[in-house]
Amino acid sequence: MTECPTSSSRRQFLNAASVLGAGMVIAPGVTLHGISEAKAGLPRVSSKVRWGLLVDANKCTAECTACVSACKIEHGLEGHGRVKTDAQWIRKVELRDRGSGRTQSLPVMCQHCDEPPCVDVCPTGASFKRADGIVLVDKHTCIGCRYCMMACPYKARSFVHEVTTGQKSHSPRGKGTVESCTFCVHRVDVGRQPACVEACHKDGKGAMTFGDLKDPNSDISKKLVAHGGVRIRGDLGLDPGVRYQGV
Amino acid sequence: MKPITYTRLQMPSATYFSRLAVALGVVAVGLGSAWYMEHNGHWVTGMDNQTVWGMPHVFAVFLIVAASGALNIASIGTVFGRTTYKPLGRMSGLLAIALLIGGLSVLMLDLGRPDRLIVAMTHYNFSSIFAWNIFLYTGFMAVSGLYLWTMMDRPMNRFNKAAGLLAFVWRLGLTTGTGLIFGFLIAREAFDAAVLAPLFIAMSFAFGLAIFVLVLAVLYDGAGRPMAGYLVRRMGRLLAIFVAAVQYFVLVQHLTSLYAAEHAGVERFILIEGGAITALFWIGQVIVGGLIPLIMLLGNKDNLTLPRVGTAAVLVIVGGLAQVYVIIIGGQAYPLELFPGMTETSTFFDGVMHTYSPSIAEIGLGLGGCAIAATITMIAMRMLDFLPADLSDKTVNPHHKS
Repeated sequence: MTECPTSSSRRQFLNAASVLGAGMVIAPGVTLHGISEAKAGLPRVSSKVRWGLLVDANKCTAECTACVSACKIEHGLEGHGRVKTDAQWIRKVELRDRGSGRTQSLPVMCQHCDEPPCVDVCPTGASFKRADGIVLVDKHTCIGCRYCMMACPYKARSFVHEVTTGQKSHSPRGKGTVESCTFCVHRVDVGRQPACVEACHKDGKGAMTFGDLKDPNSDISKKLVAHGGVRIRGDLGLDPGVRYQGV
Repeated sequence: MKPITYTRLQMPSATYFSRLAVALGVVAVGLGSAWYMEHNGHWVTGMDNQTVWGMPHVFAVFLIVAASGALNIASIGTVFGRTTYKPLGRMSGLLAIALLIGGLSVLMLDLGRPDRLIVAMTHYNFSSIFAWNIFLYTGFMAVSGLYLWTMMDRPMNRFNKAAGLLAFVWRLGLTTGTGLIFGFLIAREAFDAAVLAPLFIAMSFAFGLAIFVLVLAVLYDGAGRPMAGYLVRRMGRLLAIFVAAVQYFVLVQHLTSLYAAEHAGVERFILIEGGAITALFWIGQVIVGGLIPLIMLLGNKDNLTLPRVGTAAVLVIVGGLAQVYVIIIGGQAYPLELFPGMTETSTFFDGVMHTYSPSIAEIGLGLGGCAIAATITMIAMRMLDFLPADLSDKTVNPHHKS
């Protein structure tokens, strides 16, 4: 059987179209893969490191909210003037001893627990802990059930109650999902300090120390060895990565 | 006792469709409420970053717990061999499925991202009791469906007992799982108690039976069809036992909590100083949902008429909703204690009792879930033979002499 010329040209056209189509489908993926590979030039997240934060409550003062302001700017946490539903990733808590009347002020944020209840209860696995101890929320798989908020003993998580504006590319937020302090993972991954810690040293009293709890030569480890540090609700056995001195 | 025959829901089409239209209207209100909440975000509800679960969860938990209790009637007939309840098995299975779908709909539509239901169905974290519950709930529907099949299809009858046993065990697991959603919350002082699991099982028995009694009353007595006094008395007595069991577990829950000094604060809040929560506990849960029904149902058994048992059932449902409200909202109202022995204040409402006022949309969504259950029940009963043709003494009283 002889092929008619039209049939042959149609086949050539289809072949060319399929090659072009496949190229159009694959090319963006290859490009994105390339970008991700480029980013993978960063040091791999490793369990040899455990990031932690030490707060010296003796240095922290009630008037100073440098850490809170820095967090809001860094992550684009613009409020809507509704205090009960606006997100707060870090807050200053004022303490007063019921017996002696002694007062203190300190920041409270996600405590990045080693045994995080939010991760345990999350039905979809959206709440997760990185190998280096940073607890995060995968915004793509969070269904907004808020069970993690029920489970967190530190009230560290916020639900995004309405449309967000002014988002930062390094800190995506989404209405209907849950969020909390990320330890400024985008900074930590490139060797920088979290925004709150930086602000505390620049504009505050230098009460915060960030570092690797597993490295005995890190500042945080040395300070913990020298003066100790308490875990909030240490009785729960969650082993938070945030420690406090002077409480 | 004579053989049981079943019929479909028989009433004039005009009456049926007008009632169905009302139910669908309430479903529409529920869906509209969900759309309003989803479209604007949850800030338009009474829920916030302090009270993260609100009225939708009260309705959802109530319906889910009642669903497993509704199946109990069938279990009593099949597993425990009580012939009186055998004719009611089909209705029991249907109500169980309908109530569960109603409750799950509310839970799902309240999600921050209800569009991500597929994520919830494809990503599982098996250390989460919530994820386990997804299996317990879908499995419950499958098992109840199977159970119904063995009841309604003659060749399948031989598997009825096995299916009934499976359904009974499954429903115990389901209610245990629902109770443990709260029982596993170590962070909150009002929860974090294993006794919540048996408490939820007792609640399910009481709420499920109460709803069942009311549905039966509407379908039979309301339609002028005879309903055996024997059956009414049996169900009245059973309801009394279940209500007493709920009160017992509530007593154990609070006594256990009161014994631990660290829980003194939250107990004082729920029992004495909690304002609306305290009022709902004592008046709603204990008096309306417990003591009054018990007094009504435990008197002379000859007085257990349908109006009396029906009224007690209404009170049990009202008290039950109050109880679930106290558990869920009251449990969140008491602040988390970060530093025991210290007074805490912050811009994030640390150290203060959280207030919560449900919005119209939340109540609308909850009622929508109830209407979904009602709609499913009405349509299924109209299409298939769920209702025993006769509930007179001849059918349900094993001691009846004709």
